[in-house]
Amino acid sequence: MIVTLARIIKFGWKSFTRNGLLAVSTISIMILAALVFEGLILFNVVGKSAIGAIQEKIDISVYFKSNTPEDTILNLKKSLEQLDEVRDVQYVSKDKALADFKVRHAGEDTVSQTLEELDVNPLLASLNVKAKDPTQYGAIAQYLGAKRLADVTEKVTYAQNQVVIDRLVAFMDTMRRAGITLNVFLALLAVIVTFTTIRLAIYSVSDQLQIMRFVGASNSFIQGPYIVEGVFYGIIAGVVSFGFMVPIINFASPYILNFIPEIHIANYLQSNFFALFGYQLLFCTGLGIISAFIAIRRYLHA
Amino acid sequence: MIIFQNVTQVYNHSTVALDKVSFKVQPGEFVSIVGRSGAGKSTVVKLLIGEERPVKGQVFFGSYEVNKLKSHEMPEFRRHIGVIFQDFRLLSKKTVFENVAFALEVAGRPQKEIIEYVPQVLDMVGLRDKMGNFPQQLSGGEKQRVAIARAMINRPDVIIADEPTGNLDPFNTWEVVKLLTKINELGSTVLLATHDKEVVNAIGQRVITLENGKVVKDEENGRFIIG
Repeated sequence: MIVTLARIIKFGWKSFTRNGLLAVSTISIMILAALVFEGLILFNVVGKSAIGAIQEKIDISVYFKSNTPEDTILNLKKSLEQLDEVRDVQYVSKDKALADFKVRHAGEDTVSQTLEELDVNPLLASLNVKAKDPTQYGAIAQYLGAKRLADVTEKVTYAQNQVVIDRLVAFMDTMRRAGITLNVFLALLAVIVTFTTIRLAIYSVSDQLQIMRFVGASNSFIQGPYIVEGVFYGIIAGVVSFGFMVPIINFASPYILNFIPEIHIANYLQSNFFALFGYQLLFCTGLGIISAFIAIRRYLHA
Repeated sequence: MIIFQNVTQVYNHSTVALDKVSFKVQPGEFVSIVGRSGAGKSTVVKLLIGEERPVKGQVFFGSYEVNKLKSHEMPEFRRHIGVIFQDFRLLSKKTVFENVAFALEVAGRPQKEIIEYVPQVLDMVGLRDKMGNFPQQLSGGEKQRVAIARAMINRPDVIIADEPTGNLDPFNTWEVVKLLTKINELGSTVLLATHDKEVVNAIGQRVITLENGKVVKDEENGRFIIG
């Protein structure tokens, strides 16, 4: 058994080293497939981060009438926090709202003078509510618009932003679906192209497989070396494609960072270096093994 | 012993390649199967090595009923037979040494034995100095001698040669015939399918003549005569 396995590996290695041009062309195709695969992983990461960043910017604010006691607001905050749909509730008191306003308008003399002329704080206390899922803002708005709260609430911003929020939610949903479809399509395309290349490579030596059968080689002896060869193709394609990917990511990272500040793809690569490299190797060797296995099967029973 | 018992083979439901063919070959015999192209010589070879199954009849090889062998039983069975083809059928990406060693490797023989035995057999066929060459670096005669070395390395019970001299010049033809005769003298049964009249007549052993898929003559010390 060990002798057979050692011989299969030896045959696979020799065949790999002697199939120069064929090996180069097969590995090149696998590299392209691996780049698509790695690109898809990164596309997912960037897409998710971008969607997350947009989601983070969506919230719903409820403003309270100026005479609403703070206890009432804090009670409402507690009850909101108990809702399944709610991720986070921030209380902004009248004083905090005024302080924030002043910071925002520092250096604007007209605004400062107007505030000084007023005896009372004109700003309203508010609660900023973030939902776990952007589709749940409707339900939260409904809760806040209930008649029992009509006496204390001045306005709920959802009504004003509803169209924008709904469009954003629909856009994100479309992006997610398009991303999944694109991923599946490109991954399938890469696998088909690689599989066809390996199948053609094996087809070109199909007469050799028949010779092996006449000499008394068992199926594992015929199939094994080609699978081993597929592993070698996969390892090289995985290493080379990852070698291409690293400088590309480092080059593109600052540009992506300018576009979406939350996404630091170079950092992502650094912290997930071994995992990404492992995925790449696994994808390439898996592709090599499965393609060789399927491609050669048809010649084994001929 | 090889036994063909009322073997019929039909291609495409209508072309009869063999029609109720029966014959026996005793261990150690040298039998030439002769006939024109299309007479059924290659079909006999294909049935014997299990490449095809007959439509009717039985093919026996020792204790094996070849027509009933399952695909997973074929490799073990084929290690008892050495096959030589007109087009050599060498593994193009393997050297001469590796081509011959391959037959031992698939049989699971130890490496020590392979290293010792392959050069000896290559010596017998006069190719010891070309062990490291690839098939494309050899002449037709040399390729066929590699094929013979590969066929005989396992010390098979039977050597089957299907038109082994078909692609060779007269000099190499006689080299191959000499080697086959030598293998037979060493104890292996040899089955030679050929349409080379001179070769058959020079060997002067048993001749089975096929015509339109039927055995028309089976003679000890026969000659290649087709009317």
